[in-house]
Amino acid sequence: MSQVIESRIDTAGEEFAANKAYMEAYVAKIRAAESKQLETELGYRPRARKKGKLLPRERLSLLLDPGTPFFELSSIAGYAMFDDSDGRFSGGKLIAGIGYVARRRVLVIVWNYAIKGGTIDSVNVQKMLRLQEIAFRTRLPVVSLHESGGGNLAKASEAMDPWAARLFVEGGKIYGQQAELSALGIPQVTVSHGNATAGGAYQVALSDYIVLVRGQTQLFLAGPPLLKAGTGEEATAEELGGAEMHATVSGTGEYLAEDDADAVRIARDIVGQLPADPVLPHQGRAIEPPKYHPDELIGLFPENRRKPVMMQEIIARIVDGSRFDEFNPMVDVGTVCGVAAIGGKQVGIISNNGPITPSGANKASHFIQLCDQKSTPLVFLQNTTGFLVGTEVERAGQVKHSAKLIQQVANTKGPKVTVLVGNAYGAGNYAMASRALKPQFVVSWPSARQALMGGAQARQVMKIVTETKWARKGIEPDEKMRAGLSGQSQMIEMGLEVISESMFCSARMMDDGIIDPRDTRRVVSFLLDVSLEARRREPQQLSYGVQRL
Amino acid sequence: MAFRKILIANRGEIASRVIKTARALGYRTVAVYSSADAGAPHVQLADQAVHIGPPAPAQSYLSIDAVVAAARATEADAIHPGYGFLSENAGFARACADAGIVFIGPTAEAIELMGSKRASKLAMIEAGVPCVPGYQGDAQDVDSLVAAGIEIGFPLMVKASAGGGGRGMRLVSSADDLPDALRGAAAEAKNAFGSGELIVERALVRPRHVEVQVFGDTHGNVIHLGERDCSVQRRHQKVVEESPSPAVDEALRDKMGAAAVNAARACDYVGAGTVEFLLDAAGEFYFLEMNTRLQVEHPVTELVTGYDLVAWQIQVAQGEPLPVAQEQVTLSGHAIEVRLYAEDPAQDYMPQTGTVVRWQLPEGADVRVDHGVAEGFSVGAHYDAMLAKVVAHGRTRDDARRKLGAALRDLTLLGLTSNKALLIQICDDEAFAAGGATTAFLAEDFQLRDATPKLRDRAFAALAVFFEGAREVAEDDDFIGWRSGGPVWVTIKLRSGDDVAVLQVTAAERGPHGRCYVVALERDDELERTTVEVVRADAGELLVVDDGIRRRVRYAIDGDAVWTDDGDVTRCFDNITHWPARSADAAGSGKLKAPLDGTVTNVLVEQGQTVADGQLVMIVEAMKMEHRIEADVAGTVTQLLVAQGDQVKTRQLLADIAAEGEA
Repeated sequence: MSQVIESRIDTAGEEFAANKAYMEAYVAKIRAAESKQLETELGYRPRARKKGKLLPRERLSLLLDPGTPFFELSSIAGYAMFDDSDGRFSGGKLIAGIGYVARRRVLVIVWNYAIKGGTIDSVNVQKMLRLQEIAFRTRLPVVSLHESGGGNLAKASEAMDPWAARLFVEGGKIYGQQAELSALGIPQVTVSHGNATAGGAYQVALSDYIVLVRGQTQLFLAGPPLLKAGTGEEATAEELGGAEMHATVSGTGEYLAEDDADAVRIARDIVGQLPADPVLPHQGRAIEPPKYHPDELIGLFPENRRKPVMMQEIIARIVDGSRFDEFNPMVDVGTVCGVAAIGGKQVGIISNNGPITPSGANKASHFIQLCDQKSTPLVFLQNTTGFLVGTEVERAGQVKHSAKLIQQVANTKGPKVTVLVGNAYGAGNYAMASRALKPQFVVSWPSARQALMGGAQARQVMKIVTETKWARKGIEPDEKMRAGLSGQSQMIEMGLEVISESMFCSARMMDDGIIDPRDTRRVVSFLLDVSLEARRREPQQLSYGVQRL
Repeated sequence: MAFRKILIANRGEIASRVIKTARALGYRTVAVYSSADAGAPHVQLADQAVHIGPPAPAQSYLSIDAVVAAARATEADAIHPGYGFLSENAGFARACADAGIVFIGPTAEAIELMGSKRASKLAMIEAGVPCVPGYQGDAQDVDSLVAAGIEIGFPLMVKASAGGGGRGMRLVSSADDLPDALRGAAAEAKNAFGSGELIVERALVRPRHVEVQVFGDTHGNVIHLGERDCSVQRRHQKVVEESPSPAVDEALRDKMGAAAVNAARACDYVGAGTVEFLLDAAGEFYFLEMNTRLQVEHPVTELVTGYDLVAWQIQVAQGEPLPVAQEQVTLSGHAIEVRLYAEDPAQDYMPQTGTVVRWQLPEGADVRVDHGVAEGFSVGAHYDAMLAKVVAHGRTRDDARRKLGAALRDLTLLGLTSNKALLIQICDDEAFAAGGATTAFLAEDFQLRDATPKLRDRAFAALAVFFEGAREVAEDDDFIGWRSGGPVWVTIKLRSGDDVAVLQVTAAERGPHGRCYVVALERDDELERTTVEVVRADAGELLVVDDGIRRRVRYAIDGDAVWTDDGDVTRCFDNITHWPARSADAAGSGKLKAPLDGTVTNVLVEQGQTVADGQLVMIVEAMKMEHRIEADVAGTVTQLLVAQGDQVKTRQLLADIAAEGEA
């Protein structure tokens, strides 16, 4: 029997209560941003009803199997970016996640047409590309409930969006990858609920299954306004690309639904025809809950980041039976490695109780090799200020050993799931499998901070570098120069603090979403299942994507 | 002639009940079954079982040849006929005798005499048993009967002489209606019993139905075991039976008992029999008929006397004398029985077909359930709709009534509509509790409570769907309805009757007992919300805390049907969340389907014919009832898929009508 972690946390104590208050408020802030997004959507309801349409989330609520879990991806993408302030326009016009449809795990993409018409902008493109990456790696079928106003002309100039120019070509990747997914045998089922113009039309047309909605689908290369502008021809949207036209004349679509709900039903039926999910060895076996309740994770991380957090305490509230077989605990307590089970699945856990030393890096590399040898997935619980610096560690080969760890993490074959718990700074961020090293999934706690270094550290570095420069050039700084340097250093500190903040990072999709710490066990277990199943979803080697003839 | 192996020529609860006693007495038992009953409980219970024919009773349970052949093949030397089917068929009793098999019942002559309402009434009058004034003469032409009727006065009852179970029976309130009633009753009787012979009697107003259990042996002993009150009836079929009758005192019991014994003696009765009387408000009683078999409701007599009537039947058939004399018979306490029928009291007792998805019996020392039901058993249109009898015994009538109410609430029947809620409400009814129920009770004095579902009821059904969905992907409980991010609910559309409810279910925070779920009903763009805390949801049971009250809601899901039972009411919702939308512009689909299993008795249109919306297209007869199949759209009959005489299954497509302008 494995070692059971003995917790030393006093869950009735003041410290726990303070931590809990901090974390709960933070979670509430994220939930508030998500709620703002829903409010925008609900504000559209009267208009949707008038058109006989369902809201995006209403479509989603019909698509998912009742009672089943739904892991939402990048829920606050674009938060406080461009014209968003509080989340009301966040989400990248997509409500996306992994859930169950017709008893099959699928990647769900619901276009949020209620936010600015579901138009395409850089956040949207970035999120779509990430979702497709997930589709490639998980081999999950993709179900899209599509309705988009197409490219956002208001954002088409560089002044409105510094990525605008790239967007045109970057966005085109989506179409190519749709074809590749099809050829790999990853089915894409798309309902065209409404507008699908130009790029939007391809997102529909490049799907393997197309469901059209009578009186709603408008699927064409150019809509009535562009047509009039381009050729002078006048035509109604229904004539140009209505559901009945496509179903009976053009053949761009196989299924004709009567309304939104009917279309979702058909999409579910189609998914129901796909092969059943693979069964994993642990499924059906009884699962031991952690000895310490995962809800206690809410009170483990302090607002004051200088206070240490024993990661074993977090591990105890994530793994089955709170059992953790620590690997080489005598060597370098700063890097924690060990074997545990999460939801019945054996995993190798790598975490940090301090900066990564050369011996810590070596221990982790060794441990990863052992896990790789038996194909055990890895879970990274990241809380690192980075690799330790100094003469002693440089002489001990810190660069070499840290590079080796990066190499090990990058090349390991098994799935990796990373939780950014707290600090995620510097090269440690990479070595502990942040997005940079492409683990299958990265999720953050609200307390996560990602940056090349901490703000205070950066201020110090700036100060030292400048003072060194002055000394080299023989400049004797006056009061004004010193004040200037101080101001500049402070700006850098503040700037780093802003850009390292979890919501800021999640808005830029530097993770797959921020989670409630209490959900950590569920999230990791769910994502491990998804990742492990991928191996059992045999890729097809078609030389073509499925085409309509 | 000693016998040792008994064939039970019946099905359902009575077959099971007889087998149990027979086996307990050391007899080997043989069950017979039709194709529809291959998996029925009585087949499992018997030592041997013989398939005797197709589902239609005439070719199986009513086939004398098939039953006798089965007895021969298994070397059964006695036959217990149960009730119904061949139990009162003199020809069968004779066929048994001819085959050297003991018929556990009276003589063929006694059956024959009592089988004729007319002849029996004449015999009873002769034996001095009080009879309802009326006409039971030979002349059967309409004129003679009308003349007799006018002489008797109105209201009067027209009855099939060979009848039973309400068939061939008409209540007539004026002379104008009499000729039609006579013709209708005669036709129905001819069809049902092979004889159109009628009698006409004065109709008693709001009488009670009180019957006396009699027993005779081959040594000339005849005793009675007290009375049963079976006044609570619907359409002349008994629903509640009890013993003793709240309207019978010791003196009346003696009088009625003596009359019943006289009646039995008049035909040298052997075995178990029941003499039925109508009892009026003045305490006068009149002979109605004698049933020459074990009654459905015999358990109430067994519970108050402590005797096993089936055991007695067997002993008497073996030639033994009755084990007790009249003076030794005492009635102890009170017993009430209710009949659980597969019928919908809210829809004029329309018989229901379907598959039993869940069947769980109540527990309790004083509760007895005789049944022939099992999970997975399909209740079809071929046989009587009675599923079970629930009987409770108590020190007093109130005691029995209370226990019965509790037992009914505990009993679980999901998968088909039954009269369970009606039975519970009868137990709770004040007039019934006061012992004042007459035969008019159900039709005139009783009001079935409105069972229109409330938000809470819908929420329970939606949660059943929700948890069933959760179980299907076999995640552990931690994942039920879990969302990692923002608000994403689940929409479940439930229909009950014509009412469609769109429900949004969202997992919310944990409460003190379990996770809370918010169920919101969408109506005219407004949301009505309720929060239900789910303590447990498994094995077909939701344990919830709702409005501070912990309740148990049983549920079962059978395809799109969602069944719930909150103890008081069993409900069925259709989960129409993913039902296909109706094609764009159709008024009605034009697809006419059979409402239940039955036989097409009449087809009134031809292929290609133009029909109006609502026009009668055909008649499907099922479970003794005619079902009118009407066009649901005006148009042309493009397909006529069945013909007169065809057997059809529930929801089978019968005809297709293309709406006007489409054909």
